[in-house]
Amino acid sequence: MVLVYSDNKKLVFEMLNVAVELGKNTKKEVIAVIIGKSDESLAREYISYGADNVFIAETNFETFKAEEYTDILSKVVEETGADTILIGSNKNGKELSARLGGILNAGCVVDSNNIYIKDNNIFAERVVYSGNAIAILKFNSKPAIITIPPKAFDPLKKDEKRKGEITKKKIEAEKSQSKILKVQELKSEGVNVEDAEIIVSCGRGFKNKEDIKLVNDLADVLKGKTVGCSRPIAADLKWLSEDHWIGLSGHKVKPKLYIAAGISGQIQHIAGMRDSGIIVAINKDPEALIFKSADYGIVGDLYEVIPKLTAAVKEKMG
Amino acid sequence: MNIIVCAKQVVDVSEMKFDSSTKKPILQGVSQKISDIDKNAMEEAIKIKDKHGGKITVLTVGPANAKERIKELLAMGADEGVLVVALDNIDYHMTATLLAEAVKKIGEYDMILCGEASVDLFSGQIGPRLAGLLKIPQITYAMKVTAEKNSVTAEQNMGKNVVTSESTYPALITVTKEINEPRLPSLMQILGAANKPINEYTAETLVKDVKPVVETIDLKGVSMERKNVIYKNDLDESVEQLVNSLAKEGVLGG
Repeated sequence: MVLVYSDNKKLVFEMLNVAVELGKNTKKEVIAVIIGKSDESLAREYISYGADNVFIAETNFETFKAEEYTDILSKVVEETGADTILIGSNKNGKELSARLGGILNAGCVVDSNNIYIKDNNIFAERVVYSGNAIAILKFNSKPAIITIPPKAFDPLKKDEKRKGEITKKKIEAEKSQSKILKVQELKSEGVNVEDAEIIVSCGRGFKNKEDIKLVNDLADVLKGKTVGCSRPIAADLKWLSEDHWIGLSGHKVKPKLYIAAGISGQIQHIAGMRDSGIIVAINKDPEALIFKSADYGIVGDLYEVIPKLTAAVKEKMG
Repeated sequence: MNIIVCAKQVVDVSEMKFDSSTKKPILQGVSQKISDIDKNAMEEAIKIKDKHGGKITVLTVGPANAKERIKELLAMGADEGVLVVALDNIDYHMTATLLAEAVKKIGEYDMILCGEASVDLFSGQIGPRLAGLLKIPQITYAMKVTAEKNSVTAEQNMGKNVVTSESTYPALITVTKEINEPRLPSLMQILGAANKPINEYTAETLVKDVKPVVETIDLKGVSMERKNVIYKNDLDESVEQLVNSLAKEGVLGG
């Protein structure tokens, strides 16, 4: 059996695509898992996106806690005899899959966007060394646990006529010694850099928080309207909220145009934007690393370059 | 308060070279360092020890030369080190199993601190795996930790939300880079570290017959072929050329 689980249903839709492919190759059924309250309409949706069956693990736990969800999921694995487990790669999913790997003494590959079967073995590839290499990993034992990031795969075409079985079962899990005291929304400006087609990013080359307006103006005329930034701006200076942060521990983006202004180009930042279509760099240091990763670059003071660029783009686009 | 800090020796990715034809990374001869975020874990451990007293043990699974890296953490403020010498090609399952056995050798502990992930491979598996093997609570991605006598509270960065969690001891906590600024040891501390004990174990003495469940078959190179057209002369001219190029590429607007 191929199990698919995430607390984000969009990720489940996407993962079902790979699950169906793996299921076909190994002649195994695909089971989507729901943990929590029974939700039959969601279960039917999973079936319409490719799940053969849906397993609803009913619990009374109100919120996600890795220890408890791992316990539940390990029981679902036992119950279904699953040998491949696909988990959505958000933060909950990652800590869940690694703990599950620990408990089951099973292999786990995090953030894979290429999974295939060769000589009856499951292979998964993932980006390592800050985006500078791809590791080809082979599972030697079962079950195989793999987490899949958002947008790695497109969902299959929805087919509401597809039939499948829905199994409900109450699963008891050991209560954790930890408890959640508070859940607060992380400060966010509602930006979604992952979906953006054009991104203008700022880095340490900016001297004041107010100067980010320059980037905003350029993003506006480009009709991209999306502003990104490197680590110092979001994490250290906190001039922008973390939803703007592009890099290894921030967001990974692939817009058709990425403009990096005042960003030196440390590998952690490059790791977040290397898949962009065209990359433009603006930096006053001709030796800045960012130029090595750029298609086009202007060596100059961003305080002079950006206003001129904004005006020129405006003129060009009419 | 007895604290164990798990730390990994990694290659310094910024100094990695690549084979010019295959684009594969060349790992031999690249300088080694303690994974940055593990130093944040170390710093947090020192702060907790300053408040409650106790002992900090640094635990590493790695090659024999990782001993030098452990000394850096002893200089920062750890009391003793434990090195489990293992082969290079071990997987997360083996590493976590060895760590769990080493933790049992260390004995009583209240808290295990790890970085959220190592900066070379960035999987973030070791913390949760180890917590699973030891059957203790895990609090991941902590950007603030407050340790009290009988419980620990942490603010976790879970992406969309900040989750404040509390746990009794023992607990495992993984920290983010934002939690603190790791201190630089003084010369006196560096010299003093030479006298602190480092216990070494071989992998075989801790665990018999543990095999990798995931094998790294190969590392593929990633080509980062970019046009590298850099304008550096007259600014007005440069801007005009850039805008024309972008228009030609079809990436302006729409």
